[in-house]
Amino acid sequence: MSSLLFVQILNGLQLGVLLFLIAAGLTLVFGVMDLINLAHGVQYMLGAYLAVTFYGLTGSFLASLVLALVATLAFALALELLVFRQLYARDHLDHVMATFGIILFVDQGVKLVWGAAPLSLPVPELFSGSVTLMGGLLYPVWRLVIIGSGLAVAVGLYVLVGHTRVGMLVRAGATNAPLVSALGVNINRLFMLVFGFGAMLAGFAGVMIAPILSVEPGMGDAILILAFVVIVIGGIGSIRGAFVAALMIGLVDTLGRSFAVDVLRLFMGPSPARTVGPALASMLIYVLMAIVLTLRPAGLFPAAGR
Amino acid sequence: MVEAAPIETRAIAAAARAGVAVPGLIFGVLAALPAAAVMAPENYLLALGTRIMTFAIAAAALDLIVGYGALVSFGHAAFIGLGAYAVGILASHGIGELLIALPIALAASVLFALATGAVSLRTRGVYFIMITLAFGQMIFFTASSLAPYGGDDGLTIASRNTLFGLPIFKDPRTLYYIVLAALAGTFFLCRSIVGSRFGRVLRGAKENATRMATLGFEIYRFQLVAYAISGALCGLAGFLLANANDFVSPAYMSWQRSGELIIMVLLGGIGTLYGPIIGAAVYLLIAEFLSQWTEYWQVIFGPFLVLVVLFGRGGLVGLFAQLTGKRHG
Repeated sequence: MSSLLFVQILNGLQLGVLLFLIAAGLTLVFGVMDLINLAHGVQYMLGAYLAVTFYGLTGSFLASLVLALVATLAFALALELLVFRQLYARDHLDHVMATFGIILFVDQGVKLVWGAAPLSLPVPELFSGSVTLMGGLLYPVWRLVIIGSGLAVAVGLYVLVGHTRVGMLVRAGATNAPLVSALGVNINRLFMLVFGFGAMLAGFAGVMIAPILSVEPGMGDAILILAFVVIVIGGIGSIRGAFVAALMIGLVDTLGRSFAVDVLRLFMGPSPARTVGPALASMLIYVLMAIVLTLRPAGLFPAAGR
Repeated sequence: MVEAAPIETRAIAAAARAGVAVPGLIFGVLAALPAAAVMAPENYLLALGTRIMTFAIAAAALDLIVGYGALVSFGHAAFIGLGAYAVGILASHGIGELLIALPIALAASVLFALATGAVSLRTRGVYFIMITLAFGQMIFFTASSLAPYGGDDGLTIASRNTLFGLPIFKDPRTLYYIVLAALAGTFFLCRSIVGSRFGRVLRGAKENATRMATLGFEIYRFQLVAYAISGALCGLAGFLLANANDFVSPAYMSWQRSGELIIMVLLGGIGTLYGPIIGAAVYLLIAEFLSQWTEYWQVIFGPFLVLVVLFGRGGLVGLFAQLTGKRHG
């Protein structure tokens, strides 16, 4: 039981860092540009698809990772130029409608280009095995690599946002974008930078998860809702909040799904527990979000000045 | 923004004129549609019209709180689902009486609206959007796990609701006119709410919540009641949808469905009540015809939505009002 719990905690961490990679870009775009980007999930999906294609061309995971990142960045910048730049000054409803349209377009476009059948990407050979954990349980190395790379990105972001000049501008932009612009900073270039960087992080998450998940149309939509839950719990615009909330959601969701039935059995018969358990597990994170927002209507770590 | 003001003013004046003419036109066309059903197979046309009108009810109800209260609910499909599941679950227990099913559908929607609204309305702006989404997802997953009632696969309804044993929903034409009456009722109810003192408080809170609070209004209560009314009307839409489709499933309350409702409101014209009716019709008609033409219709439909946002401010109604406003001015 305890080693199973340990494995599930690792799985929860893995989901958590994945959510963080997606939520980090989302919360920055949200915080700095005040833009609701429902289409952020398509970057994650595109990252995965592009990695599959480039892997087919080059046969090297590293090369396909780099190429996929460059391609998602290029796609994001084109999207920013064509659509998002016109949306910053609009209200949230316009954001919802335009980005909903982009989701429809890209989800179907992916079906058109790659087909509706799920694709897969092999795990890089260097990390393909499993390690033995305590209690003799095997754990795939690749999941540990995902956790490690996610934590590395978190540290990198902490340094970048907290201790560099660009990061200072980003934080200032999240607090008061018009003022930053009035001080002579090219706010359009800052917006483009933040948008492109956030999209690239989501693309990175897509590439990293591709070896253990099936790559299919619409894969970005489900994770996007989770990422929104993360940034709302964490407090919009806060990287630190996104990190804490992502790990929280990852652990609560994974542990809830693994142990809800067992826990419920303590209170009720096995048959109702099997019915109620999965429902309760899928609801758990939304309940958590409702509780957090009831107690703290602006999230756990609200960005200053909001 | 500033230099556009004169056009906007003219647009508002044109919209006010349209506020009488357009609803008359909409309901006239809808009432005449079954008679004009010579071009297409009648049942197909009636079914499509019925479907459009059920969603128009939900979209107009959403417009009541989005357009007049600035309460952007991203979980309104949940109410459609509640209304539909009330019909489905009661039918699976052999209860098909309208006078039982409809009050239960409405009561379930109102109770859910009051419970979730009480929490959601403590938050503002984006947080409100996201917390309503969260509550919508909760209901979605609850329905997905209702194993006795079909779970993910949904629930087929063996027989439609009856009134005192009379199968009033059986004939497609009668069903069509009942749904039309429900839509007209929804529209005029929302319109009189917007024009009443209650509606003015709601609109005042949208413009400036602090000022309304300073004037002594407990806007929280007003917003909660508006949220419950909107939810109940969506429950009505769900009730009708279940009867028209003979089927309910969790897909009725997916977050995409909630997004579609918002898009119907925006596409037609927010804050007009009749705009969302047009929006629902245009949305569903485009989806219907494009999907007959190509499997990949969303590749065309997605950019269309983006273009409407970028160039058609105020939706189709706003676009029309701007065009006519310019011509008269």
